[in-house]
This record gives sequence, C-alpha cells and structure tokens, in this order.
Amino acid sequence: MDLATFWFILIGVLWIGFLALEGFDFGVGMLLPVLGKEGGLSGDPAVTPAEAEKRRRVLLTTIGPHWDGNEVWLLTAGGATFAAFPHWYATMFSAFYLPLLILLVALIVRNMGFEYRHKRDNDTWRRNWDLSIIAGSFVAPLLVGVALTNVVRGLPLELPAGAPAGASEFTGTLFTLLNPMSLLGGLVIVGLSLTHGAFFTALKTDGSIRAEAREVGTKVGVVTALLAVILLLWLGVTQGTVWSWITTALAAVSLLAGIWFNTQGSEGKAFAATMVTTAMAVATYFLVLFPNVMPSTTNPDWSLTIENAASSPLTLKIMTGAALVFTPIVLAYTAWTYWIFRKRLTTAHIPAPVKVP
Amino acid sequence: MSNVDLARWQFAITTVYHFLFVPITIGLSAIVAWYHTRYVRRKNPDDMRLAKFFGKLFVINFALGLVTGIVQEFQFGMNWSDYSRFVGDIFGAPLAFEALLAFFLESTFLGLWIFGWGRIPEKLHAATMWIVHIGTVLSAYFILAANSFMQNPVGFRFNEVTGRAEMADFIAVLTNKVQLVTFPHVIFSSYMVGGAVVMGVAIYRMLKADPPADQGMWRHAARAGAVVTLVASLGVVVSGDIQGKIMTEVQPMKMAAAEALYETQTRAPFSVLSIGTLDGSEATEIISIPGLLSWLGTGDWDAEIQGINDLRRVYAEEYGGDPDSIVFDTTYTPFIPLTYWSFRFMMGLGFVAMAASAAVLWATRSGRFLSDRKWMWVAILTPLAPLFANSFGWIFTEVGRQPWIVHELMTVQSGVSPSVSAAEVLISMIVYTLVYAILAVVEVKLFITYTRKGAEPYEDDETSASDDDTLAFAY
Repeated sequence: MDLATFWFILIGVLWIGFLALEGFDFGVGMLLPVLGKEGGLSGDPAVTPAEAEKRRRVLLTTIGPHWDGNEVWLLTAGGATFAAFPHWYATMFSAFYLPLLILLVALIVRNMGFEYRHKRDNDTWRRNWDLSIIAGSFVAPLLVGVALTNVVRGLPLELPAGAPAGASEFTGTLFTLLNPMSLLGGLVIVGLSLTHGAFFTALKTDGSIRAEAREVGTKVGVVTALLAVILLLWLGVTQGTVWSWITTALAAVSLLAGIWFNTQGSEGKAFAATMVTTAMAVATYFLVLFPNVMPSTTNPDWSLTIENAASSPLTLKIMTGAALVFTPIVLAYTAWTYWIFRKRLTTAHIPAPVKVP
Repeated sequence: MSNVDLARWQFAITTVYHFLFVPITIGLSAIVAWYHTRYVRRKNPDDMRLAKFFGKLFVINFALGLVTGIVQEFQFGMNWSDYSRFVGDIFGAPLAFEALLAFFLESTFLGLWIFGWGRIPEKLHAATMWIVHIGTVLSAYFILAANSFMQNPVGFRFNEVTGRAEMADFIAVLTNKVQLVTFPHVIFSSYMVGGAVVMGVAIYRMLKADPPADQGMWRHAARAGAVVTLVASLGVVVSGDIQGKIMTEVQPMKMAAAEALYETQTRAPFSVLSIGTLDGSEATEIISIPGLLSWLGTGDWDAEIQGINDLRRVYAEEYGGDPDSIVFDTTYTPFIPLTYWSFRFMMGLGFVAMAASAAVLWATRSGRFLSDRKWMWVAILTPLAPLFANSFGWIFTEVGRQPWIVHELMTVQSGVSPSVSAAEVLISMIVYTLVYAILAVVEVKLFITYTRKGAEPYEDDETSASDDDTLAFAY
C-alpha cells in the first residue's frame, strides 16, 4: 500500500475519531431540552424547575472535561487533509463555503456556551447559552453529514484549462449541496449522534436521568436505524462495492445490537456498539469513495483522486512518522482522562451555582 | 470591492481578533501554573487563591481564543484555495503537527485542570496547567513556522509537473532563520501581555483595598506580573533587534516600508515622528535620528539601506513581465502609511509597557503598597499597551510582506479561491464580524465582572473527594 492510500485511510480514522467522540457530546447537547426540561421525559413531578436545571448541569458536566479534546479530531482531520491532500482540502473547503461558515458559527456559539453558561447565576444568561448549545449541537452534525455525503455522492467539479490534475473547482451553488441524499446523510449523522449521546448519558449518570436516557436512546436509535438503512442501501445500490456492503451490514448489525444492549441495561456495551456503528458508517463512505477523494459528476476525468490530490512522497513520509509516534500518545492520555472522570454523576453531585449575578 | 480585497479584510479582521486572545493565553497559563505549583510546594493559601482567580480569567479568555482559532484553520481552504494548492505540501504539515501535538495537549489537559479538583493528585493537577502552557507554546511554534515560510520560503522546490511548491527539507522549514527569531519575539511578547494583565488586575484589586488583609497577596501578584513583563520586554527588544537585521536581508522592502524610505541611502535615518504624504512620494520628518535605520537594519550606522523606489524597479524587472503569472503585480509596494505607523505603534506601546512595569516595581519596592488612585490608569492601560503592540506587530509584518502571499513566489492576488464569489466572502465577513463583536462584548464584560469580584476565600479543593461529595467544580 502506498503512503497516499495510507493517508486516505488515516483521514477516515480521524473522521471516525471525531464522530465517535464529538458525536456523543453533540448528542448530549441536543438532549438538554429533552432530559433537562421541567418534568423530565414524561412529566415526573419530582423534576421541578430547580431539579431540571441540575439535570442540565449533570448533562453538561458529563461531557465537560472531554468536548474540547473531542473537537480537536475535527481540526486534525482538517489539518491532515491540508497536509496530505492539499487539493482535496482546497476544493472541498471552497466548495462548501456557506455550509462551513454555518458550521463554524454553530461550533463557536456551542463552545462558548459550555465555557460561559456556568459563569453567572442568571436565568436569562443560562437560557441564551442553552439555546446556543442546543442549536450548535444540532446544526454541526447535520452539516458534517450533509458535507460528507456530498463528497461521497460526487459534485460538479471542473478542471480549469491548463491546471494540473487535482485542481478541479466546484461549479455548483449552495442548492447543489442540498440534494435529498445529502440531507438524509445529515439527518443520519444527527440521529446517530443523538443515539450515541443518549447511550453515553445512560453510561455516565445515575438515578432517574439514567433511566430516561435509556428510554430516549431506544426510541431515537430505532428511527436512526431506519434512516441509516435507507441511506446506506441508496448509496450501496448506486455506488457500492463488496467491501462497502460488508461495512454497511456491520453498521446495521452494530446499531441494532446497541439498541438491544440498551434495552437490556448493558450501557457500556450499547455505547461501544454505537461507536462501532459510527466507525462502520464512515468506513462505508470511504470505501465507496475509494480511489477517489472527490468524484466529479461533470466528468470522471476531473475527479480528485488519492493519487492526483496527494502531497509529495516526502511530505507524506514526514506526516506518517509524526502520526505513528503521536497518535498512540494522544490516544493514551485521552483514554486516561476518560478513566479519571469515569464516575457516574447525579444531581446530588452538582454544587451551588457561582455567586455572580 | 473584489473578492481578493474582501478575503484580505476578512483574514485581517479574524486574525487580529484571534491574536488578542492568544498572547493572553500563552502568558497567563504560565503564571497560573506557577502560582498553582507554588501552592503545592509551600501550601500558602494565597497562592491557591491567585491560581484560581487568574485561572478563571484565563478560561474566560481561552474560550474565545479556541473558537476563533478554528475559523483560522478553515479559512485557508475557504478563502485561499489556490494558495492552499500551491503551498499545501509544505504549509499543511505544520498545521497538522499543530493539531496533533499541541491542540490535543491543550484541550485535554485544560479539561483536566478545570475539572480535576480532588480527582487527581495535587502535584499532577498543577502539572496539567504547565502542560497546557507547553501546548500553547508548541502551537505557536508550528503556526509561526508556517508563517515564516510565507515571509522567507525555504526548504522547498518548485515542481513543474504539479505546478506547486513541494517539500524538500522539513527541518529547514522548521528552522527557517526568520522562524528562529520570530518565535522568541512572539513568545516574549505574549509573556509581556500575560504579565501586564496580572499586574493590571492586581493593582486594581490593591487600589480597591478589599479586604485589607489581601493587600499583601495582590502586591505579590502585581510585582510578579511586573517582573514577567519587564524581563520579557528585554527579550522582545533583543529578539526584535535581530529580527530587524534578518528582515533587512530577506525582505528589504519591508524594512524600507517600516521607515517609508523611498531612496536608497547610506546612514539612513529613523524618524520618530513624521508627516508622510499618503500617496507615498516622500515623508516630512519632524524628529529624525540619522543612521538609526541603518543601525537597526544592519548593526552599522553608515550602512546602505535600499529604498522603496529602487526595490520596486528591481521587482518589476524580475517578476513583472507576465500579467498572467502568479508573481505579477503592478506596484510591488506595501501600503506605506500602514507599515510606517504600525511599526512605530508596536515599538511605542511596547516601551510604554516596559516603563510601566519598571515604575510599578519601583513604587512597590521594599514592602510598599500602591494607594494613590492615579495608579488605576496604569492598571487599566498597561495590559492594553503590549496587547495592541502585538496587533500592530502582526499588522506591520503582514502588510509589509505585500503584495506577496509567499515572498517572491506568489502574490496575494493569485492565492484567492477562484470558485468563491465576492458576495459569499462578504456574507461570511459580515457574519464573523457580528458574531465576534457580540462575543467581544460578552467576554470583556465577564472579564471585568470576575476582576471586580476578586479572589474567592481559600478552600482546599485538592484533597481527594469521596464519590458522594458534591463536585468542587461543575458546568
């Protein structure tokens, strides 16, 4: 296997890392108005407004030490694409101009919400940041899903006269990107994040919120499974290979297994299963994509491929060395922080709000 | 405005804004880590109170630095796709290294510091903030290596087939001589800012005199901040001096633009104050020191410094032949009033901070406290001086590079995304500016609120908690 193909796989792995980790904190963000509202999921009188606020703080605190590190997987995927496939980075980021703008704004308001929400004891202040966390946690996975599906499905790309292979430019508009398959892809990533986030909440909390998270997890899990099956069949029928059918099957089986584990109360296994689902869904995308990185629907000859979009062999060699040395180190200390904060949280753990009006 | 102008404005706005938070993050993380470590070693409650107090200010600031940094990484591909294609082989690697080596470190260990009270041993807890600091410094190293390539491209070869610059020697890229002097210059400047923030906030608390028992604690912080600023400012001066000499060698146009020196001359003067004609034909100097520019540029008071007009002629001859090429420009001259004044503001504001920190150290010598309300001006203005000096430094060095996006290899004009319309760039610029403006108001208000609130009474949160206790910190 040449280094360019190795980097194609590695970028797939970075996307898996991003969606499997940040995916659950997107999900937890979206669950704020579901599990953190007065009465909880099904009108429990014990969940008073004060208790609901504590629940929201439990939810946010479960992801508190982790969301920032999780997001770095996206930055690393971006940086690695820039370094290993400059044409891919250039064509993709300029093609998805407005969606990326919205994605950036979603990430900005969401991240600010995590850091600023608890800094004042003021209901309006908290409500505004809650809204930005909820909106950001929904919009970001939606746009990531739309963008990745568009990449796999192919876009109108044109090679300017005289330009070297790989330097194709996007010729469509914003509406080119809003096609049914890509929108479905966005919804699937949202659903997967939501399911993953519900399983994470069940794994990391205790008490009534834990039970409700499991209940939500099963419901959204079933809906997600339906949407995902439609998407992957659609993709498989139009562009599938033998290998992508295998990963499609694994994605479906692991998601169903996750739902099953969840109903049985095996929360760790359920969470691990949706991680596998995420990995297999991304693998399916990358297997369908191979050996292209951005197929052109205008003219197949103008597609960006692993070969024509890649960096020089020396750059790939340097990057490979760095990845082989530092990725295990990153994984080790990331795993260690999850171990440090392994304790389940309940509303009883939540301290009084900060004394700043 | 064309999409090139809009994309440039957008880069300028988002980068200058981002870099208001970066130096505070770099400088403050070191000071918080130092107070935290000092507490662990001596168990003086005041050290812990200061670590937590400045730690909160640090997090308020870090959040904005983080989110605006994401925009930076995406912006190269969004607005500058032809640039990204041309240099991605070299420029992408430091960005990927930055994410892999620095961003993971910063974000993961900051999470441990914020939530780690009573969860990890206290020595390890103090170490997490040092690791955050190391992450910020590593991040600065890689991104400055990428920037130094734009100022002085080294370690590459041009590939005729792929039509792009490709990596020839990564070590050369990482040890670019511009990088080796820019990195300390930026790090020392960041320490100046961090020190000045601590000094300013501590003086403010001292003048509030609440409660009197805390005076000693705030005096300590004010002096610690002043020492950091003063020592760092010496580093800034020395590294800046070397930087000027390297700049004269590799980017003579930038040095000429710093002084608005139009004609080549020996014993070139440096004007402290002048009224320039904006069309750039000549400058009327008011206070001028003969030979100082020659000395700044070369170390020799009598050396010849090339003037803008001569350099422009040389560039036009060498690169100006083909209007379609990526090295073509009509002027080959940066916008002189901006380079001239940003250079002076950078130095002037830096010296203001240096003088203020020296004055604070003198006024607080041998146990003295500050009580005169006049010091409030120092408290409020001193942090802003080195902060804006940083902004002016960046404006100078980036504007002075014009019209090049990569010095003598590609013009800014040629680097922009061809498939992105001016309307799209305008929309994104308006959105960023609005979002950034709102966040700036929120951030500054919160920073002031927490400064006014002062340090919390001492609590021992480091002793390990039982699983049933309420958390020392939760979102």
